[in-house]
Amino acid sequence: MKAPASTPLRLGPGTWRARWALFEATVLGPLRLVPGRTALAVVAIALGVALGFAVHLINRVAADEVQGASRALFGLADFSVQAPGLGFDEQLFPVVAQVPGVAVASPVVEVQVRLPGRDRNLKLVGIDAFRAARLQPALAEGAAERGRAGHGLLAADSVWLSSAAAQALDLDVDDDLEVQVALDRVRLRVAGVLPPGAYAQPVGVLDIAEAQWRLGRLGRLDRIDLRLEARADRAAVRAALERVLPPGVQLVTPGEATDDAVRLTRAYRSNLTALALVALFTGAFLVFATQSLAVAHRRREIALLHAMGLTVREQLVASLLAGTLVGALGAALGLLLGSFVARAGLAAFGGDLGAGYFRGVAPQLEVAPGEVAVFFLLGVLASLVATYGPAREAASVPAARALKAGDEAPLAVRRHGVVASLLLLAAIAALMLPPVDGVPLPGYVSIACLLFGAVLLTPGVAAWIFDRLLQPTGAAWRQIAVAQLRGTARRATVSIAAVLVSFSLMVAMAIMVFSFRESLETWMERILPADLYVRAGSATPTAFLDPAAQGVISGLDGTTRIDFVRFQDVALPGERRPLTIIARPIEEANAERVVPIRRFDERPAPAGTVPVWASEAALDLRGFDVGTVFDLPLGGRVVRASVRGVWRDYERPGGAIVMNRDEFVQLTGDRNATTAALWLREEVQADDFSARLRDALKQRSGDYDVGVPGAIRQRSLALFDRTFAVTYLLEAVAVLIGLFGISASMSSQVLARRGEFGMLRHLGVTRREIGRMLAFEGAALGTIGVLAGLVVGGVISLVLIFVVNRQSFHWTMDLHVPWLALAVLSGVLVAAAAATAMVSGRRAMGDDVVRAVKEDW
Amino acid sequence: MLQVRNVSKSFGDRQVLRDVSLAVGPGEYVAIVGESGVGKSTLLNLIAGLDVPDSGELLLESTDLARLDEQQRTLVRRTRMGFVFQAFHLLPHLTVARNVALPLALNGVSGVAASTRVEELLDAVGLADRASSLPRELSGGEMQRVAVARSLAHRPALVLADEPTGNLDPDHAATTLELLRAQIRRDRAAGILVTHSATAAASTDKVYELTRHGLALRA
Repeated sequence: MKAPASTPLRLGPGTWRARWALFEATVLGPLRLVPGRTALAVVAIALGVALGFAVHLINRVAADEVQGASRALFGLADFSVQAPGLGFDEQLFPVVAQVPGVAVASPVVEVQVRLPGRDRNLKLVGIDAFRAARLQPALAEGAAERGRAGHGLLAADSVWLSSAAAQALDLDVDDDLEVQVALDRVRLRVAGVLPPGAYAQPVGVLDIAEAQWRLGRLGRLDRIDLRLEARADRAAVRAALERVLPPGVQLVTPGEATDDAVRLTRAYRSNLTALALVALFTGAFLVFATQSLAVAHRRREIALLHAMGLTVREQLVASLLAGTLVGALGAALGLLLGSFVARAGLAAFGGDLGAGYFRGVAPQLEVAPGEVAVFFLLGVLASLVATYGPAREAASVPAARALKAGDEAPLAVRRHGVVASLLLLAAIAALMLPPVDGVPLPGYVSIACLLFGAVLLTPGVAAWIFDRLLQPTGAAWRQIAVAQLRGTARRATVSIAAVLVSFSLMVAMAIMVFSFRESLETWMERILPADLYVRAGSATPTAFLDPAAQGVISGLDGTTRIDFVRFQDVALPGERRPLTIIARPIEEANAERVVPIRRFDERPAPAGTVPVWASEAALDLRGFDVGTVFDLPLGGRVVRASVRGVWRDYERPGGAIVMNRDEFVQLTGDRNATTAALWLREEVQADDFSARLRDALKQRSGDYDVGVPGAIRQRSLALFDRTFAVTYLLEAVAVLIGLFGISASMSSQVLARRGEFGMLRHLGVTRREIGRMLAFEGAALGTIGVLAGLVVGGVISLVLIFVVNRQSFHWTMDLHVPWLALAVLSGVLVAAAAATAMVSGRRAMGDDVVRAVKEDW
Repeated sequence: MLQVRNVSKSFGDRQVLRDVSLAVGPGEYVAIVGESGVGKSTLLNLIAGLDVPDSGELLLESTDLARLDEQQRTLVRRTRMGFVFQAFHLLPHLTVARNVALPLALNGVSGVAASTRVEELLDAVGLADRASSLPRELSGGEMQRVAVARSLAHRPALVLADEPTGNLDPDHAATTLELLRAQIRRDRAAGILVTHSATAAASTDKVYELTRHGLALRA
């Protein structure tokens, strides 16, 4: 007799409740089951996003401020005639103003002045109020309106401050502002404060004639801003203007000028951004590690779901949804953290995180929805990419085998030798490529390929080490540990790879920063050979040692030699990037003793050329080499200069050339000096001499620095450490991520092996022995990861030092390895791995071992 | 309901099953016994669609599982099969009720229909008061009763039980076997029990013995 068959329960179309139940079972449940591991993955993504977002915000805000400041100064101008350094002769003004097509020409004196008694500078802008009203109304009109009350721009000894300047200097109307000219103080009266909207940055505005007279710029202009007639042919006017400009004077559009201001810092900013994205990468790798281990841990559960009818695609989607959730949570947290860090960073260090690129810029942070969306998606994408591999593995769990009692799935180690080799070849190939628009993109691609290649090589290397180097001999616990490592090589490689990635990045950063610091220290010892230095100012052309001051210094008894040095910015024909001229006593015969020469031209200098010694950046940025002869605009004319040698300079990213001061004075007539280097007689104490020097210069009211090389070096290294503060933060994050990685993987493995521990305890293995076994396993994994990290990190550091750094900043550095720090960190990581394994084991062994055994049957 | 016709399966050179045939009707509950290594699990995996035979037919309600691809076999398992395992395999992060409701969720059944069915099954296995407990709060016998309830939640045509009492003491084992038998009969499903235990086998309608020579009905 045929009985009626069982009829299925009414099948639904997949209502939202059923879907939610499935979502809970396959996505939320597993995440909630291991809250610690889930939180770890969320935090990893959050840290990566936070760092990337913070650095991006700080960079963007700083660049915006620089651009905004530059745009505001240009106002409505179409073109600007300008020259770096000492500016140009004011007789050029009528020539330019009369060029057909020019409607308005507004002369400007613009200088950074030193504020004596205050540890800061201020930009002073001297304008012709009547002409500027048509080009810089924001600056001129504010002053003109108040000027009706008798305190206008034309008032003698008067300066108008922007709101930011008044606030920063704590000055109000009728207060005095003292500025330094040469070694003397000049007093200006604050005639008014510009409305807050007129100009956002700290700046002082005064009448141009007043500026020329009071700031020692008589007969000189720094800029002429031009507005063209409405129907003028811009190209034709530009060509006509360029024809009348003397050497060293350039014509730029406001757009070009603002681009220049931002381009100066692009390498620095792009490197910071790349470092921040590396943090996101390590975060993503931690997600990969936790998800891989989750798949290993949930193997039977996944197999059960598959046996019950969850399709491969549904399992894949479930895992990816879990990754998306982790990414979304992490990204949201990271965005909050990142904007907080950016605010704190801007408040503490300014827009350049202490590097000194954006002096005088006071940035405000405003976050745009677009950038929030981009970094949110970046966080989610990182998590999704990291989850994809484990998700595919989860979807391919063989149900029948995984459900069989006792199956612990000694997953076959996947070797990716061919792909890894291809990636390593790609890493080498990328190193042959030039930077992209000044950004060392190929270098970073090479580092990424190296890292991925190393990660893919890990399974093969780990399996080889487990098979060949770790022998199952000795005490029982050691034999079990080795067997475990061999049997779960695939899980073990995830732990090793997590350590490898985070530790290698940390090693690379540590070696790079240490190399730079050591090279900088050596360089400073080399460029500061004198016993004492006197400096009137560096970024402020109005502060200098005039001939009278030089005479006073030279007249002091106790010196064997005095070198007066002048720093002067110029622009080579056809380029807007400033080149710094360092004029000092130097001859071909003694050049090596004056600057740290790396290569020089053994042939004599071509006749009729001025010998110069160029910094690495000066050559790199302009495509010059030792022996190159080029046009050098000096003192309103062009001379032929010949590069006699190349030297290392860590101070001027735009490049610098050293030339003989006598020739400089002869060509420019500029007898002032920026610094003086003094060699003292043996019996003369630097402190005594400093006191005598200050006494001799007491008639001069301006500020100047007198320092011994040791103190100058110390200050510079402190500035270096501040600049690299963000990299130390990245290193700390990398170490934390590495430790998290070990902790997560060991905890997961130990928890997955509770049954094994129960069985071992039944067999009479002591808790102490199980602890030792776990410590051995943790230490073995940690050691392999750390050793691999040292090798890979070492290679990456070479790329950073010799490719990325060179392409970014155009200076070289020597390789120095912080052996002690690396040894200590390696030891800490291995010990942490062992300790984490033991702690995890203690937790597992605290449970009912009988139950653990039952679970494993 | 289930027709296994001349099924053979080899792994490499080793022939595990040769021309095995079996028929199980609605409401019929059969046991397959045999020594270790004769291929009981292999046969169960083939019937479950977790593996495919080298030759022969596996007809479940006229559908030949051997001709379906992996995706199609998975969907047949989802809608028409229920499983009880030796190691329970409850999802640790779901409550008892949600574990039982899992096959319903997979089949898109929710709301009143799902909760009524879960209540009904938990009542039947004597665990109505443990609906909101987590698996770790249950004893082994209780966990297996939850697994039995789960296997029947979506009213499958075929219930496969692989050593369901292997982890249980005799009292709990007897209760579980009785429950399984009663529920299979009540839902008019076909049931296959794979076991080493003579006691467990005795709870079924028919006992087949799998040997190296094939599958034969035990007298």
